[in-house]
Amino acid sequence: MTNHDTHELPFWRKYIFSLDHKVIGLQYLFTAMVFLLIGFAFVIIMRWQLAYPGTKIPLIGGWLGDSFAPGGIMLPEFYNQLGAMHGTIMVFLGIVPLGVGFYGNYFLPLQIGAPDMAFPRLNLASYWLYLPGGLLMLSSFMMPGGAAQSGWTSYPPLSVIAPSGQTMWLLSMVVIITSSLLGSINFIVTTINMRAPGLTWFRLPIFVWSQFITAILLLFAFPVLEGGALLQLLDRVIHTSFYLPAGLVISGVQMTNGGGGSALLYQHLFWFLAHPEVYVLILPAMGVVAEIIATNTRKPLFGYKTVVAAIIFLGALSFVVWAHHMFLSGMKTSLARIFMTTTMVISLPSVAILSCLVFSLWGSSIRFSVPMMFALAFLPLFGIGGLTGLPLGLLPTDIYLHDTYYVIGHFHYVVVTGTLVALMGGIYYWFPKMFGRRMNEGWGKVHFWGTVITMNGIFFPMFIQGMAGVQRRLYDFNAQAHNLLTTTAPAIGKMSLSELQYICAIALLIFQIPFLINIFYSLFKGPKTEENPWKATTLEWDCPSPPPHGNFTHELKVVRGPYEYSVPGDKTDWSPQSEGGR
Amino acid sequence: MIDPSNYTFGLPIAASTYASKVDKSLDIVHAAMAVIFVAWTIFFIIALIKFRSGAMPKANYAASKGGLASFLPDAAVLLFEIWLIFVVGLPIYAEIKENIPAAENATVVNMVSEQFAWTFQYAGADGVFGDLDPKLMNANNQLGLDRTHPSAKDDIVSINELHAPLGKPVILYMSSKDVIHSFFVPEFRVKQDVVPGMRIPLWFDALKTGRYEIGCAQLCGLGHYRMRGEVVIETPEEHAAWLEACRLEQLGTPS
Repeated sequence: MTNHDTHELPFWRKYIFSLDHKVIGLQYLFTAMVFLLIGFAFVIIMRWQLAYPGTKIPLIGGWLGDSFAPGGIMLPEFYNQLGAMHGTIMVFLGIVPLGVGFYGNYFLPLQIGAPDMAFPRLNLASYWLYLPGGLLMLSSFMMPGGAAQSGWTSYPPLSVIAPSGQTMWLLSMVVIITSSLLGSINFIVTTINMRAPGLTWFRLPIFVWSQFITAILLLFAFPVLEGGALLQLLDRVIHTSFYLPAGLVISGVQMTNGGGGSALLYQHLFWFLAHPEVYVLILPAMGVVAEIIATNTRKPLFGYKTVVAAIIFLGALSFVVWAHHMFLSGMKTSLARIFMTTTMVISLPSVAILSCLVFSLWGSSIRFSVPMMFALAFLPLFGIGGLTGLPLGLLPTDIYLHDTYYVIGHFHYVVVTGTLVALMGGIYYWFPKMFGRRMNEGWGKVHFWGTVITMNGIFFPMFIQGMAGVQRRLYDFNAQAHNLLTTTAPAIGKMSLSELQYICAIALLIFQIPFLINIFYSLFKGPKTEENPWKATTLEWDCPSPPPHGNFTHELKVVRGPYEYSVPGDKTDWSPQSEGGR
Repeated sequence: MIDPSNYTFGLPIAASTYASKVDKSLDIVHAAMAVIFVAWTIFFIIALIKFRSGAMPKANYAASKGGLASFLPDAAVLLFEIWLIFVVGLPIYAEIKENIPAAENATVVNMVSEQFAWTFQYAGADGVFGDLDPKLMNANNQLGLDRTHPSAKDDIVSINELHAPLGKPVILYMSSKDVIHSFFVPEFRVKQDVVPGMRIPLWFDALKTGRYEIGCAQLCGLGHYRMRGEVVIETPEEHAAWLEACRLEQLGTPS
């Protein structure tokens, strides 16, 4: 346990190897933002190749070197490396560290009225595994043959015979997974043991519920992938054959170390993690949206208990839907029938949560603040992401749409226009709490509209491409006749859809500049704000902004639910959770 | 040459017996998605306008409690999905993936995929496929056939072109030499991963003659994007002539 001494810690103890959940949270925030930008940069280079195949990459092409892009023209190997690393970085080093590492670390203790996490040293270890794990992942570009290039899913046997960057990917994944496991144990113990007096389970904000269930998912799902990755590491390094059947012939050479293994085994282990992982990506975002909506509608969240039940149900069901990623893998067809049914069932709690969030608007008094605009945009855009999951979960339609751009469009609507948009809104919402200053509203609106419009310009064409049968992970669409019309052929005037997507990706990057400037300018120069600028009810608004080490300056006693807004007979339109808080 | 008019800005032409059923299920699901999305969006926009703080300075506390009526969207979705699974999903899936037609009335072909090609094996007059031996596989003998063995003597091999006569279903038995590939013909609405160590059946029955593109749908290495082939559906006469030409070329003997 930490002692909350008031004496000044040296710089490296205060900001580098800090035990304070808020500092660790901010370390996660800024590190994850760097990784998100790196992952985004990778995909912009890929998008160039897709829009203008076989032409010199502008600006950076000459710098990439002969092993990646001779003469500035991308090699297919390099495209596959960027693709695999884009997915891995965005999921494991960008969104999860942002949604769980940053949001969970910073706001979960504050919302339950705790002075810190239950295990501050474990928390420190968690961040200091994440950062080296991420650097290890990036360093794999320097391995002979380049970085991992078998997709973020790394299916064997392709991944087992891939160049040595794949070994680095596996080692790095083991480190990153260990980091997440330490974090998840910490979140679970903190939520169970460190709630303020009076903060019963059904007085917890939805954000806390979402983080709690997310942590449980991570704890149960990640060890399976860790085991799966270790087996693949053994297959690569000491030539076992957990995933290699007998009789493999690679490029005309008979492989001697195969035999007895199963390529599908890895897929089961991978998706046993990676489907719950989808909910790890989305639940924290739903939590953030719930907080923003409750505050900005000045009304209790609609159907609080329904939302809580739906989150728990969603978490439980997420463990029995993984094989819907494998409908065409060659697994037994009767298994596909079962997993289609569970997949259809899991849409129900999602519909319930989204319904409650939308119903929350009815009878409310909506303040269109910048965070609220992001939270509102989340609803229809995540809706598109969720709805387009339907034909992918249904067997006959999935036969056609599987592994096409339709899938790419679907999960980018879920994770980017859904999760990332929500998490951006959360930064605007909690910025005054974290730094005691406000961000600029006008530039926030510029960032909002630019981001939302360009994201749709990138991802919506993917549905059209998927319907036309364009497969994913193609380095050059021109190599196959059925792909041309919806990718590189002129579609809008002289512009092809791939060009539109490339231009929107560049524009999306440009629209992040006001966001970044807004963050760093407001950090130092933003107008100072009070403890509770939004007049919100949950506990994090009941401590100074920014919260000091140890967080709360007075004893807390929680007397009511999380979203008591506009209570009839109360003199203000917000009734804080803690007694005497205001 | 593949007819470019096979492809449009929407779905490609439906060129197999079950393609239109897949299209019907795509239509149903997308219509439902559109209805749900439009209904939600209308509700959403009305709420945003009606309850903006300018028009509605005070929120209604009681509006946060919904009766059973608030579960109507869930109930509607549940009923729709039950119907979708049992009436639409399972029968079409069973037809495509489970009810493989009888071999007697079909063109049965073995397929072996590798980085980055599809190799098709025809059993020849005896109707028996020669064994594939990894030890014999090389650049001139992709399948590792032992031509001295009786079953392999009359086998015909075709690379990246699957020829089949119109009017009979084609059954492919698919396996892979190296990594996972995925056999995908957009016009037939069929796709199946091809997994080393497994022999997975796939069938289709084309509606008209012509050439249809085979794409690989599973990342299989640096040549994944150019791993393509063609299904050539021809009249029975053309098919017989093609087989005969192959026989002369590969076996040196007419039938």
